[in-house]
Amino acid sequence: MNALYNFATGPLAWAAFAIFIGGSIYRIWSMIQLAKQKEAAFISYMSWPYALRSIFRWFIPFGTLGWKENPGITVATFLFHICLLVLVIFTPGHEVMWDYAFGISYPTLPEVVADGLTLVAIGAACFFVHRRLTNAQVRYVTTKADWIALGIAAAPFLTGFLASQQFGDGQIMTLLHVLSGEAMLVAIPFTRLSHALFQPFARAYIGSEFGAVRHVQDW
Amino acid sequence: MSILDRKIDDPELKRATETLTPDRIEQVINSVLQGETGARLKAYSEICMRCGMCAPACHYCVSHDMDPSYSPVGKVEQTMGLMLRKNGRLSPAEVYGMAQIAYTECNLCRRCVHYCPIGVDTGYIISTVRRICHKLGVTPLYIQDTAHSHSATMNQMWVKEDEWTDSLQWQEDEARDEFPGLRIPLDVEGADIFYSVIAPEPKFRTQLIYQAAAILHHVGADWTMPSTPGWDNSDMCMFTGDFEMMGRLKRSHFEAAQKLKVKRIVMGECGHAFRSVYDVGNRWLGWKNHPVPIVHSVEFFWELFHEGKIRLAKKFEEPVTIHDPCNIIRGRGLMDKLREVTHALCTNVIEMSPTREHNFCCAAGGGVINCGPPFKGVRLEGNRIKADQLRNTGVKVVVAPCHNCHGGLEDIIHHYQLGIHTKFLGDLIYECMEKPEPE
Ligand code: SF4
Ligand code: SF4
Repeated sequence: MNALYNFATGPLAWAAFAIFIGGSIYRIWSMIQLAKQKEAAFISYMSWPYALRSIFRWFIPFGTLGWKENPGITVATFLFHICLLVLVIFTPGHEVMWDYAFGISYPTLPEVVADGLTLVAIGAACFFVHRRLTNAQVRYVTTKADWIALGIAAAPFLTGFLASQQFGDGQIMTLLHVLSGEAMLVAIPFTRLSHALFQPFARAYIGSEFGAVRHVQDW
Repeated sequence: MSILDRKIDDPELKRATETLTPDRIEQVINSVLQGETGARLKAYSEICMRCGMCAPACHYCVSHDMDPSYSPVGKVEQTMGLMLRKNGRLSPAEVYGMAQIAYTECNLCRRCVHYCPIGVDTGYIISTVRRICHKLGVTPLYIQDTAHSHSATMNQMWVKEDEWTDSLQWQEDEARDEFPGLRIPLDVEGADIFYSVIAPEPKFRTQLIYQAAAILHHVGADWTMPSTPGWDNSDMCMFTGDFEMMGRLKRSHFEAAQKLKVKRIVMGECGHAFRSVYDVGNRWLGWKNHPVPIVHSVEFFWELFHEGKIRLAKKFEEPVTIHDPCNIIRGRGLMDKLREVTHALCTNVIEMSPTREHNFCCAAGGGVINCGPPFKGVRLEGNRIKADQLRNTGVKVVVAPCHNCHGGLEDIIHHYQLGIHTKFLGDLIYECMEKPEPE
């Protein structure tokens, strides 16, 4: 068990990070090459100010027409992503790993707050599941890839919460948490989770088109 | 519901799909996907989260009680999604359905962009689907007829060269009764303004040329029209996916202006033509900026009012509402100028809701109205929301500076018995401006 845990947090973790970083760089690089090769006429309209304007605007909950008219998914989306980012960095257990591996230490969230945020993220994920099953427009277009992406993104929260509650055999849960976190890292460049990489580019492009060419807002 | 449950008989879609084989379909689809698409399509198809947030954006979806097969992402799934899933190996029946969706159930209005957190441009995806349909030879009959007209005559309506100049001379003749000394100057080198119109103007709405001539005469403009091909700024080939022909049309339009060495092109009140010259055709030709500056008439009228060139004898008293045409609002941000001009002309303007860049499309644009009578019901049922929007203003006059919007709105007004009249800005200016005393 210990050996397995050491392997998961050691070599496997390095491998996961390597695939995540290398894979992400490769995907972004090859996408930019493709755009340059095939869509130069469109890149030529890219504009930093309008790209950033669009990205920031869409960072504001209820700041756009899409967010306003879809309140449920808006709240769930923002909560899910905020919890994800905060927990990845500020969970005490994660900080320990950084400290252990690189000697980097920083203030962390109290356990109970981290647990609370984890529950919020799980709640948001449950909302996504519920919506996929019950909302006619979403159900119509849902494919296996969507369920896989959702499963991979939700698993670290679920296992993390159970581990922190010492559910069942604490060590197994922790191991599962580590593995699911690594699965998520590996999945980001290669599944629908790649929206984390490409959404800023897609926004920057459409923001530039709308701002610089069409002189209108894209929200 | 799926597209196959609402298949509409179109003679050309039927004829063309009957000649297709799965091998041919696969080869054409993949040649376009590999040869012509790139990072945008790849990214969109991978990172669309299937969140359905775009569903309430689309008038077709809203007007069909949120039927998911009409949502933007639903339509993408049944067309581009299907092709990607099956690696291009579609049956002829599936191609028929795909063409029906792409040509008749999406106006390329891009309202859905305001709803998508990722920034997916459904209009681009559906345009690409149309491009594939064009290469398969599968386009609805009526719009294909206009595309053929473009390639045979360089205008949309089979207007012959002598008919074009005849129409202009006829309008000049008529207008001289009301405005002595008025000219419709042809081929004047070095004029300030090259005035271009869409071919339905000389064909069906000649009074609009009369009005434009009256307004240009009233403000003392130095203007001209060409007697040769290139006078038509419209472009159905952009909408059928015949981009090669689109390029020829735009080149001919700009070259006509360049030959006359004019300072700029002013276009009549049309939206799709503006999209074509401003945003699409020019890029296909590899021009980042336009070889001749080009303005839409909303902007031109706005300039005239700002410079105090239009002298009004009266204002339009009846309450009006404003319809924002997608192609010049979401396509060029003219919503403020449109309002300033309308307010300069009308005493009582009542806004629709939603409005400006969030306005619902007329459901005629994107070539949908040009797909002709078989698909009229698609537009009427697909835009109940527009009828509600219009009805809720309580007014009896709607200002819409776009030909497509006029056609679409008139059909909706008639179908839902709203008793509303549509007006161009040119109609209002002509009606309200000072005119010479009748002799
Ligand atoms: S009609 Fe407009 S809102 Fe509907 S899918 Fe097409 S571009 Fe989007
Ligand atoms: S809103 Fe955007 S990401 Fe969501 S389903 Fe529609 S196109 Fe896809």
